[in-house]
Amino acid sequence: MSDDAINAIRASFFEECEELVESLHDALEQMDRGTGDDETVNVVFRAVHSIKGGAGAFGLGDLVDFAHRFETVLDDLRSRRLRADAQAIRLFFQGADLLHDHVRAARSDAPPPDGADAVLHALEALPLTRAPQGAGAVDFTPMLIDLGFAGLAEDQQALNGTVPWQIRFTPRHGLYASGNEPLLILRSLAALGQARVTCIAPPDLALSVEAAEEPRLTWEIELAGDVPEVDLHEAFDFVTDVSDLSIRRAPAPTGAVETAGVSDQPASDPAETAEHLPPDRPKPDPRPEAEWLPATVRVDLDRVDRLVNLVGELVISHAMLAQSVSEAGIAEHGAVSGGLEAFQVLTRDIQDSVMMIRAQPVKPLFQRMARIVRETSLAVGKTVRLLTEGEATEIDKTVIERLSDPLTHMIRNAVDHGIEPPEVRLAAGKPAQGTVTLTASHRAGRVMVEIADDGAGIDRDRVRRTAVARGLIAPDAQPTEAEIDNLLFLPGFTTAAAVSSYSGRGVGLDVVKSAISGLGGRISIQAEPGRGTRFSISLPLTLAVLDGMVVRVADQTVVVPLSAIMETVLLSPENIRRVGGSTELLHVRGRLLPLFDLGAQLGFRPARGSERDQIVILTAQDDGSRAALVVDAILDQRQVVIKGLSRQYGRTPGVAAATILGDGQVALILDPSDLMAGARAPAPAPVSLAG
Amino acid sequence: MTEHSAQSQGATELLAFRLGDQEYCVDIMSVREIRGWTRATPLPFAPGHVKGVINLRGTILPVIDLAVRLGMDAVAGDERNVIIVVAVNGHTVGLLVDAVSDILSIAHDDFQPPPDLGDSRAAMCISALTLVDDRLIRVLDLGAVLPRQSADAA
Repeated sequence: MSDDAINAIRASFFEECEELVESLHDALEQMDRGTGDDETVNVVFRAVHSIKGGAGAFGLGDLVDFAHRFETVLDDLRSRRLRADAQAIRLFFQGADLLHDHVRAARSDAPPPDGADAVLHALEALPLTRAPQGAGAVDFTPMLIDLGFAGLAEDQQALNGTVPWQIRFTPRHGLYASGNEPLLILRSLAALGQARVTCIAPPDLALSVEAAEEPRLTWEIELAGDVPEVDLHEAFDFVTDVSDLSIRRAPAPTGAVETAGVSDQPASDPAETAEHLPPDRPKPDPRPEAEWLPATVRVDLDRVDRLVNLVGELVISHAMLAQSVSEAGIAEHGAVSGGLEAFQVLTRDIQDSVMMIRAQPVKPLFQRMARIVRETSLAVGKTVRLLTEGEATEIDKTVIERLSDPLTHMIRNAVDHGIEPPEVRLAAGKPAQGTVTLTASHRAGRVMVEIADDGAGIDRDRVRRTAVARGLIAPDAQPTEAEIDNLLFLPGFTTAAAVSSYSGRGVGLDVVKSAISGLGGRISIQAEPGRGTRFSISLPLTLAVLDGMVVRVADQTVVVPLSAIMETVLLSPENIRRVGGSTELLHVRGRLLPLFDLGAQLGFRPARGSERDQIVILTAQDDGSRAALVVDAILDQRQVVIKGLSRQYGRTPGVAAATILGDGQVALILDPSDLMAGARAPAPAPVSLAG
Repeated sequence: MTEHSAQSQGATELLAFRLGDQEYCVDIMSVREIRGWTRATPLPFAPGHVKGVINLRGTILPVIDLAVRLGMDAVAGDERNVIIVVAVNGHTVGLLVDAVSDILSIAHDDFQPPPDLGDSRAAMCISALTLVDDRLIRVLDLGAVLPRQSADAA
């Protein structure tokens, strides 16, 4: 009768497990950095304990057994019989990883993971010290914390559930010179939430002719309300380089600072902690992140996706309406055009909001990468730590899911090939411990994910030799450094001298690259010999819409993603150069680019010479080069909804997806990089001409 | 033309349509809807019988020129033509035909297996023949008409 209900509860238990594992990892990382306190240990203990409790209710025996033994060890830690030294923390991490594996195994009814016993034995073998305090005193600590929540809740309500932002904004000379106006920025901030703006004028603000043009004012804004940080940065988007800006959360009241001071002393005496705690009661407690979490609801992903589809329909229907209005000849009518414009703004806002529902922080993904670093470095005998930045950056859920494999691959590469063995590092004057940095950030409407290591960089000589040996480049070719680095993305390319079980199995960066392009992203590489390698991945915020240029070619309407377009040029006979019979080059500002007729590339018409007054779109390729595509006309530039093309007839080269235009017609969305990759390979061209 | 009395046990309802001067039909259970002709957006480098894709209320629907698929001259492609939307093997596809002509209810006994026609394109796609008022109606095997997904995906 209630099978569905039990399944629903079970599903939500596993959701909770994921969150608990996440908080477990957070707390362990705090302990690892030495910033943990008693409460951190409690978080670790409680996470494992809650998982055990839930697992017991669902009769998940293996999970209960593992969690129980893990918990027993953690209990020793909590009661100070166990010291949290580096070795213990490393084992705790392994325990947490295995706990996560157990949870996943239980979720999919799979057999429990291997290797659990070894880690448990190692954990249980950790040396115990004699407890400095009786068990009673230890149990007392969590009681105090629990009491704290009662006072806290009221406090938080007064604050409307969020801590205000503190923004300090000092324009420099260039801000006014570039036509920006602080008032407008302040107004847009005030629109985000409840803002209290203070203008700070220097005491010696004398109005003289010489000083009249020097900016002297500073504004301090306290912004309350649930405002994401990215919105704040957006408000200052155009002035970041011409002003001094600091954005931070309002400092916690003094009580929390005091407690933080206490927490710096590891394993402080509980009695002493207790002494400090009572005066802190009305103030926020020392766990800043957990308590400002706004209320959330769990929603089925299907419902969200339905909403996303509906909004997509809305965008199309707006385009159709706009087209019929203009066909009816009433587009000039003020009220009609105003209404349409407001409709468009609303549609875009709804769309952004819906996309934000699908967006998730990259933190769980980054935590998984931390595990990959731990496991890989252990396997290859190196010590490597992972630094992460921008964990709160939000990306579309699907993008995060599909980013996991390529990221894993690159992290393994970085640890296995990038970071040198400890003795080599020491000889090169670097610390024995290698560092891999994983960064996520929003930049210009896209998401940037960067993987940097401080290893040896790329051995360009070896890459070149390998490429020549495999016939990928001519022996006498003189590729630039960037071109050599990009050779790594070619299929089957690996320079690893020894193929280890962790990377370099012939499945190379080409797979990573195609996975990233499949997400509409781009990947680039920068390396500095001896200093390290950095991979930068640029991803679209969403997979549902894109800004595109609508062009006509051979009587067909196609969409070229705006992100791929560098510029457009009007074709004139003077800037076309010919090589041989059919190859044409476009001469732009001293550079020669291959010129392709888009119509011929898509097989819509036979190749022919370019004519004057045609328009050329310069596109950026993944490898950093450019290509020039000839089109007949540019019709529009607008946001289009991405519709998947059925793969029933195989993959169409050069076509990424389709969309529906204002007139209800289907238009193809091109992937210029893919199209050009086909054009450069010599084989297909004659075939398409013959057919 | 359709007689209700024929709709007894062991009868199949079929949607009949014209392709050139021939009449074909498909099992009505696989038909989702019938649409007027819409200009299809061609897909680059697609097989000749794949006419392109159209917008079916927000989803992208591939359209097949059934005449080309069966080795005949292409359907003219104007307002008189229709697209029959069918679902086969979990895929929805549009079939471009000249015109829909009838809905027939044919008793199973009236179906004749097709004679051995060799392995011409059309022969592969015909599962049975039947005569209605001296008109020859060819029953299409949709599974054979539409490309094999597994083979194409590879």
